[in-house]
Amino acid sequence: MWKFRDVISILDFNREDLEHLFSMTDRILERLFDVGSLLDGKIVATAFIEPSTRTRLSFETAAKRLGAEVINLEPHISSMAKGESLTDTLRMLDDYADLIVIRSPYEGSAKHAADVCEHPVINGGDGTQHHPTQAMIDLYTVRRLKGRIDGLEFGVVGDLKYGRAAASFLYGLTRFNVKRIWLISPEPLSPRPELMDRLKSLGVDIMKTENLEEAVEGVDILYVTRIQKERFPDPAEYEKVRGSYVITRKIISRAREGLKVLHPLPRVDELSHDVDDTPYQAYFIQAKFGVPVRMALISLILGAF
Amino acid sequence: MDEQETLRVSKIKNGTVIDHIPAGRALAVLRLMGITGSEGHVVTVAMNVRSGKLGKKDLVKVENLELKAEQVNKLTLIAPTATINIIRDYEVVEKRNVKLPDKIVGILRCTNPGCITRQPMEHVSSRFLIVSKSPLRLECEYCGRYLEEEEVLKQLTQ
Ligand SMILES: [Zn+2]
Repeated sequence: MWKFRDVISILDFNREDLEHLFSMTDRILERLFDVGSLLDGKIVATAFIEPSTRTRLSFETAAKRLGAEVINLEPHISSMAKGESLTDTLRMLDDYADLIVIRSPYEGSAKHAADVCEHPVINGGDGTQHHPTQAMIDLYTVRRLKGRIDGLEFGVVGDLKYGRAAASFLYGLTRFNVKRIWLISPEPLSPRPELMDRLKSLGVDIMKTENLEEAVEGVDILYVTRIQKERFPDPAEYEKVRGSYVITRKIISRAREGLKVLHPLPRVDELSHDVDDTPYQAYFIQAKFGVPVRMALISLILGAF
Repeated sequence: MDEQETLRVSKIKNGTVIDHIPAGRALAVLRLMGITGSEGHVVTVAMNVRSGKLGKKDLVKVENLELKAEQVNKLTLIAPTATINIIRDYEVVEKRNVKLPDKIVGILRCTNPGCITRQPMEHVSSRFLIVSKSPLRLECEYCGRYLEEEEVLKQLTQ
């Protein structure tokens, strides 16, 4: 059910698909089999036209740990810099590689890439709604730390209008029977109607609030994302709200026991370093799962198991 | 229909009559059908004709051309009330109802400047899914952005 599939949106996958991915990730982490030569002779191409060191390196590491070769498109020195279109560049990569991972500043590029390429395409982050592999990692992290995703109460805080990690995580949650989701954001960054409609149509119990402190008290998982200054039409508005969405040790001291704080990283100042050595911190664990989840994903898509 | 109107509708020998178009949208209908006039068909346009049902309506006749179902279906975007009569030898041989298609390809433009369909170098046709019919709301298949009825009308009638 995974073989040769494109990974464009987390919504393309049902619960069963995700559970399967998670159990393969478990097996990789438990070193139940030798993965070092699973993808011998395969070539994975990365095309990160929009830079993202973390995500690209994570994919590259995952592929190499499976024994695959990796080729990287360097957009600023490649033919694209001479004016070749993304579409033609993708056709070229499709000729060379068995799998293509793409991140581009154009929204919808991953879907377009999947239409153009015969080989499977993985979306490495695209537009304001889709970062499916991040969502897979986030869901896997919750499942590992809590033993389940069902029945939990979630808070998602930060930029819910432009933040694709947050949107993808929310979509991913709809595949499980979560108890409730709190959307916590300043008004200018509250979710688009597109996102709200889709969440509502998927039957999730959603609460919106601008009050972080209040929401923190009830949740089991707090998913934090960055609020970027440039997203505010009025910089004064940003200065006014920024402090209200910073996660500090003090704020989470109101939380219930067992709260876990997630963040897709990199962070700037929305997540205070004084949380790092508390039992709430789960973002470094989450980051560690990046490679094994992507290893499981790539293996499944290339039919290695 | 009054006498004068019946005359207008039935007078062509072969072709298509699109009737009951909301007043003022006949030219947009032609545009949507991809009829520019350079195809050589005789095209008759009547605008703001009296109509019992709509008060005023527009009417389009295209001779020697039978519109295909998918062309007809696009009409729902701007003329949900339209009726399509296929004429052969002065007789109405078929009345087609317009039915909104599942996807609208290439006619409309995504409002998101960052969308792949807006990048001229990439030559990607726009594709929209129908989210809601009334009011009309479409969703870009690429970037997920909504396109609302107001914007659809604006784009098609400009
Ligand atoms: Zn779009």
